[in-house]
Amino acid sequence: MAEVIGGVATSHVPAVGVAIDKGRTEEPYWAPYFAKLEPLRKWVAELKPDVCVLIYNDHANAFSLALIPTFAIGLAESFRPADEGFGRRPVPDVQGHPELAWHLGETLILDEFDMTLVNEMEVDHGLTVPLSVMFGQPEQWPCPVVPILVNVVQYPPPTGNRCYRLGQALRRAIESYPGKERVLVVGTGGMSHQLQAERAGLVNPEFDRNFIDLLVDDPEAAAQISHTEYLREAGSEGIELVMWLIMRGALQRDVTEVYRATHLPTSNTHNGLLVLTDCGAQRNPAV
Amino acid sequence: MTDDQTDPHTSPGYDDIPGTYVFDAKQSRKGYRLNMFCMSLNDPANRDAFRADESGYLKHHNLSPEQADAVLNRQWLRLLELGGNVYYTFKLAACDGMSFQQLGAKQTGVSEADYVAMMVGGGRPIDGNRSRSEPNWTGPNNTRGAKREIEHG
Repeated sequence: MAEVIGGVATSHVPAVGVAIDKGRTEEPYWAPYFAKLEPLRKWVAELKPDVCVLIYNDHANAFSLALIPTFAIGLAESFRPADEGFGRRPVPDVQGHPELAWHLGETLILDEFDMTLVNEMEVDHGLTVPLSVMFGQPEQWPCPVVPILVNVVQYPPPTGNRCYRLGQALRRAIESYPGKERVLVVGTGGMSHQLQAERAGLVNPEFDRNFIDLLVDDPEAAAQISHTEYLREAGSEGIELVMWLIMRGALQRDVTEVYRATHLPTSNTHNGLLVLTDCGAQRNPAV
Repeated sequence: MTDDQTDPHTSPGYDDIPGTYVFDAKQSRKGYRLNMFCMSLNDPANRDAFRADESGYLKHHNLSPEQADAVLNRQWLRLLELGGNVYYTFKLAACDGMSFQQLGAKQTGVSEADYVAMMVGGGRPIDGNRSRSEPNWTGPNNTRGAKREIEHG
């Protein structure tokens, strides 16, 4: 039986990818942020997950307004980084895990979460930046990835509660897989940021701190935050935080907070990092 | 916490949030062709074709005259008003070589240096920016209406 060995949440800011790809991580603007990644990277390196289930939203690259799946899962053998309008990121193709992905897709649908099944797609910064955040710049990514995509661009996105329950179903699906894979669940996006219109540049570190506190200790309450509250308090792109709830739902009710960091600014975003394990799971002494 | 997301057909308070377009059904229907034009710029050959003949390229995408004008004149707020979504309009900005921070500066009518300085200084604060009813909501520089008039003019 496969098992969930931990959960990571991270923002997926495109400019972080650019900073890595162009070798700017030591520059004064970026160095303090990348220093905060070190405990996360060390933890993941020692954990050595066999596969990551990575939850992100497509930003008009794999999908467009022509087709808008609320939840989708990537089944392919590999996924090429997308040209998002300014060239492809110079990062390795992402290897999929078709057998696990098909199992998760089938199991989730029968568990009444109607996933859209995706055999061919390219992946954008929403997926590749979190891989860079966790793994740096390897020649090949160290493990295969099962992408789960959530619509947060077209309103209404799924509710936080729906996402939390999808995470719970995801855990059941992982645990019913006959392999022995040790699975790291990664929720991405957020934290507070707004890219559009006159309020562009809005961030709300207090909302974000409270969100992490709730996510860790009272996820049912975090799951009740409404779309309007995200829009108002966390900026129009802060709605991406619903994807952290999928990761949280894949862990047990009681968790151990292994690591937390935030950083302001990364481009337009209050950046958040969070590492959780099931309560009682072996805690990495290095962190 | 609010319970205002229960009925998607009534306005769940979106209109009260200042300086923000919520990409709902109304905006999405209005902006479909505009956004799909922006989407086409993911293809480098299309970016070259657009740069070579912007007006000619737009003719293939059936934008409204207002949308086409806003594209050609790079009226970034007007594009949102006409149904553009920022992830799509950013593709037009990226085609011009702009970053998201440069687009943020353009949308809010400040220099890139001032915008970056605002972010380094802690970003745009939430206080005063939660609700259009807040007495000190005046927009980044001026009122939303005044800015629109300038852009439309």
